[in-house]
Amino acid sequence: MKTPDILIVGGGPAGMAAALSAARYGKEVVVIERDPHLGGQLIKQTHMFFGSEKQQASVRGFDIAYKMIQQIEALPNVTVLKSTTVTALYDDGVVTAVNRAGYHKFLPKTMIVATGAFEKSLAFPNNALPGIYGAGAVQTLMNMHGIKPGQSVVMVGAGNIGLIVSYQLMQAGVEVKAIVDAAPSIGGYIVHASKVRRMGVPIYTNYTVKQAHGEKSLEGVTIWKLDEKWQPMPGTEMHYDCDILCVSVGLSPLSELLWQRGCQMAYVPSLGGYVPKANEHHETSIANLFVAGDVSGIEEASSAMVEGYLTGLYCNLRLEVYAEDMAALIADYKSQLHDLRSGPAGDKIREGLAQAKLEEALHVG
Amino acid sequence: MCESNRSVVCRCEDISLEEIRSYIQMGYTDLEELKRLLRISMGRCQGKTCLSIVMRELSMATGKPMSEIMPTTHRPPTVGILLGDLAKGAVE
Repeated sequence: MKTPDILIVGGGPAGMAAALSAARYGKEVVVIERDPHLGGQLIKQTHMFFGSEKQQASVRGFDIAYKMIQQIEALPNVTVLKSTTVTALYDDGVVTAVNRAGYHKFLPKTMIVATGAFEKSLAFPNNALPGIYGAGAVQTLMNMHGIKPGQSVVMVGAGNIGLIVSYQLMQAGVEVKAIVDAAPSIGGYIVHASKVRRMGVPIYTNYTVKQAHGEKSLEGVTIWKLDEKWQPMPGTEMHYDCDILCVSVGLSPLSELLWQRGCQMAYVPSLGGYVPKANEHHETSIANLFVAGDVSGIEEASSAMVEGYLTGLYCNLRLEVYAEDMAALIADYKSQLHDLRSGPAGDKIREGLAQAKLEEALHVG
Repeated sequence: MCESNRSVVCRCEDISLEEIRSYIQMGYTDLEELKRLLRISMGRCQGKTCLSIVMRELSMATGKPMSEIMPTTHRPPTVGILLGDLAKGAVE
């Protein structure tokens, strides 16, 4: 059984950042990634990032990912297991994983779960027709494999992902017929919404999908308006011919390993659903089990990376590493998180994180 | 070819919204009961597609807030493992 100092589950933005900072003082780090490559959703992001220089503003997402991958691969004390899936966290601290070589067991001293999130789905008549995609799948097709998914699209969801993917679809030469969102207002940043509006795409708030149409694959979509009680209003239907319907209705934390292990969880809608309760050091109710990134609350890649860097340092603290630069680094990452969570969108995140705060220091083995 | 007008909630076990609602109407208002009867959350995706939709349906039907509806129990393994790999034991 392998016994790394720090085991990180997930090699997306949070997991990569966690690995870099976990390895900073020479500890032995293992990163387990389900995909054949590191980077997570970051490598599909063709747009430039916001934030400050420290969060690599105006650098494109995939460039940030490639830079981090190179840094990780240069570290002698980090082992990356790709195409490997963690299958369980057991009560005795044993972590199991599986890949082509077989079954693997670890007994890590500390561990960071940075598994990210998965897309929420939507139930409407004919939702199983080919041509109906999640936004992540559309990004995989277009931005990783260079495949144009179709000719015309209706986007469901006016959050940042829905808006950004709509723009990327336009860049790929796909006609965006409309963006619809059941909420009464646009969820994403106004800068993204303005960009697609300037290009002539209508955004319908208070609208949802009534049904999809098509024989063998998607041929069209009917949308209708919702009243203030979220009930559909007959007579408000609008029809669009399209061969793609892209569903981007939010993300849920991918927390199954934390449930298995018995972490205390809290239902916090503003963080995407059930999230682990965690203390100031991003440690869950299970001692030495830390969390970083979307699994502990849906935000975006910049804050996931800063959380990762921070949590990697907290694991070192737990392993009794005391370095001169540590306090300054921690203070800096905390202030970056504070800045990223300022503003109206950040208020909800901060309130949500307060609800998921682990107050009592109960650390059952 | 798709059966017309179905709203698929659980893709792994092919369960529709209409089926979920009819079971809730019959009185199966507990998620674990629905799981055992319909196999929702027991397929390959382990509930990632269906659970939040079914939990919302239960919340609307019973008036219970979402925070009082717990997801189904998560048990290992998260993905399928070859019995042969398990039998060989861990790779060293």
